[in-house]
Amino acid sequence: MALLLRNARFIDPQVGLDEVCDMLIRDGRIVEVGHDLDMPKGVERDLSGKVVVPGLVDIHVHLRDPGYEYKEDIASGTRAAAHGGFTDICCMANTRPVVDDGAIVSYIVQRAKEVGKCRVHVAGACTKGLKGETLAEMGDMVARGAVAFTDDGRGVQGAGMMRRAMDYAAQFDRVVMSHCQDEDIVGAGQVNEGVASTRLGLQGWPAAGEEIQIQRDIEIARLTGCPLHIQHLTTAHGIDIVRRAKAEGIAVTCEVTPHHMFLTEDDIGDDYNTNLKVNPPLRTKEDAQALIDAVADGTVDCIVTDHAPHADFEKDREFEEAPFGMTGIETSLGLVLTHLVRPGIISWNRMIELMAVNPRAILRLEPVRFEPGSVADLTVIDPDVGWTVSCDDFLSKANNSGFIGAELTGRATDVYVAGYSTMEDGAIIESH
Amino acid sequence: MAFNHRNLIDITEYSADDLMLMLRTAERFRSVNERRVKKLPTLRGYTVVNMFNEPSTRTRSSFEIAEKRLSCDTLNFGGSSTSTVKGESLTDTVRTLCSYKIDLIVVRDKHAGVPRKVADVSGVHVIDAGDGKHQHPTQALLDLYTIWQKFGHIEGLNVGIVGDINHSRVCGSLIPALRTLGAHVTIVAPATLRPARPEVLGVEHATARLDEALPDLDVVYMLRIQRERLEGAPYPSLREYNMLYGLTEEREKLMRPDAIVCHPGPINRGVELDSFMADHPERSAILDQVYAGVLVRMAAMYLLLGGSDDGLTA
Repeated sequence: MALLLRNARFIDPQVGLDEVCDMLIRDGRIVEVGHDLDMPKGVERDLSGKVVVPGLVDIHVHLRDPGYEYKEDIASGTRAAAHGGFTDICCMANTRPVVDDGAIVSYIVQRAKEVGKCRVHVAGACTKGLKGETLAEMGDMVARGAVAFTDDGRGVQGAGMMRRAMDYAAQFDRVVMSHCQDEDIVGAGQVNEGVASTRLGLQGWPAAGEEIQIQRDIEIARLTGCPLHIQHLTTAHGIDIVRRAKAEGIAVTCEVTPHHMFLTEDDIGDDYNTNLKVNPPLRTKEDAQALIDAVADGTVDCIVTDHAPHADFEKDREFEEAPFGMTGIETSLGLVLTHLVRPGIISWNRMIELMAVNPRAILRLEPVRFEPGSVADLTVIDPDVGWTVSCDDFLSKANNSGFIGAELTGRATDVYVAGYSTMEDGAIIESH
Repeated sequence: MAFNHRNLIDITEYSADDLMLMLRTAERFRSVNERRVKKLPTLRGYTVVNMFNEPSTRTRSSFEIAEKRLSCDTLNFGGSSTSTVKGESLTDTVRTLCSYKIDLIVVRDKHAGVPRKVADVSGVHVIDAGDGKHQHPTQALLDLYTIWQKFGHIEGLNVGIVGDINHSRVCGSLIPALRTLGAHVTIVAPATLRPARPEVLGVEHATARLDEALPDLDVVYMLRIQRERLEGAPYPSLREYNMLYGLTEEREKLMRPDAIVCHPGPINRGVELDSFMADHPERSAILDQVYAGVLVRMAAMYLLLGGSDDGLTA
């Protein structure tokens, strides 16, 4: 099947492309990018006014399947991902059962093929049951398609265990992704330790509880040579630690979320909005600004959502009893366009590096480049459309967004995975 | 003077005028409590629910007495009978209570923020009777009343609060209220017992040295130390706590001649407070605080349920 996309602004920093032109796609791959292209037969679409970028990738998503399908499942989570403009996601291992052996990886891979609306890459656990005691069967998981390892949601508490995980993972050329949270310091921390914890009378979750493990894991990366990826980094000092490690040449990358950039501890009012209870917690406005600066200066490698769906009844609780996490996969692109690209804090090129190029590189995925032969995974963006974040608009099962009511400009309208549309004009395409 | 609060949840929403109206209204209820028939028909026909989701004896008793003296109908809801024990959500519990057509809920809960949620869900008047480590506004009011009665004013007084500030909901209300009324607040505690940012509450001075702070204080407010848990305790032993932070007979000599001692109760004798100080006939205001609790709770319910400054008939 052939597809001709006409009159869009195609941007790909990997090949130095940024111009209004056409793209011809056949059998899932890009055939030609140029002006006034012709196609004998096939589907032609006029994308005037749209921006087309390499398909967006979110490498930090909780699909909740298997085990917590009432929060989200592979069908709903991948539809939400497509709706948010993503062609690829990487799902975390804290399901029930935990993704700690090959069979569960196979289940997710197979299920995503059957009901998914985007490519689903699986992160396996570092340790069995996320317990931090024994290594998970990484080799078996790699054989079934796992792309990375992480005990996300909790983190590997023991330094010795983390060292074993990274030593062992290194043989597979897979990144170990670290959720940095020293439980001994953080304890039952609920919100950032400081103004929020004092004002709200809640137990504090100190910045040091994160930074100690960032530094620890960088030292273990130095020791083992295993590539390290710091997940959902939230503090100014944490960014400095990573910046210094990168300058030393250590193989470390890091990610930040929109909510840690665009919300702060001050947004948690005396209504104790549990949608703003996230782990790590919302930090100070100085921290948020440091993350934005690091996104602009190149220290941050990618923007992820940590999409963490929960049922309404779980979030409609006392703050201390509510689970951590907010959704994000349907708001991420709009937030980044509105708060970073439109004001000129980052360029379109930088946005594409953060949300498409670098995430693929971190997971060792095949690159998507706007040149002949590349796989045709594309995200089409209307950069000027204004919209309001609303639960009614979500395809996720969950409503626990921290951005309900936010006025945004720009969103994905169409998504192509291997040349097939998963979304057209904002509507999910259920069959071809 | 206009009093336009629906709830008593966050004391920082109360202006100095609001707070003084509360105290003056409490003062007018004093005579009721000192005659033979201690009852007013003022709130007859109103239904008040005491929703105590964690154990409380003193605060609950004080509210019940206040309610009875104002002639409300009351329902005690909570303790081991709470629906939450059976897995019902707070929202569902509150909706159920509201179906009884009630007028005011007094809420005590171990979780911060619950009174606000109860108010949002119920739409009826809510008084926070202590929520987690957050606030305890009626305790603050009874403390203010006691201090006001002793000194005749609050502005300009130096109040020192000694002990576990970090886990104290009393401090979450008392410190901001003292500042609203122009008092100065010092906290005395090691860093293990202090909140991360005491200045957010209005603390002007924080020290770990009680002996240095005492000579400047008009009010020495001793907090109860939690003696239950030892593992992870923020102090090495009760003995050392008493040595460094206990108000002992020896330390009494450092106090100003007219300085008073307050304590929210219950007291740990020999730990934060020696008996000499707890029972000191001139300095100890502890039982005055308990009495004030009834007065300010009567005042709070009276004002929230639509009583006006000048409508009080005793």
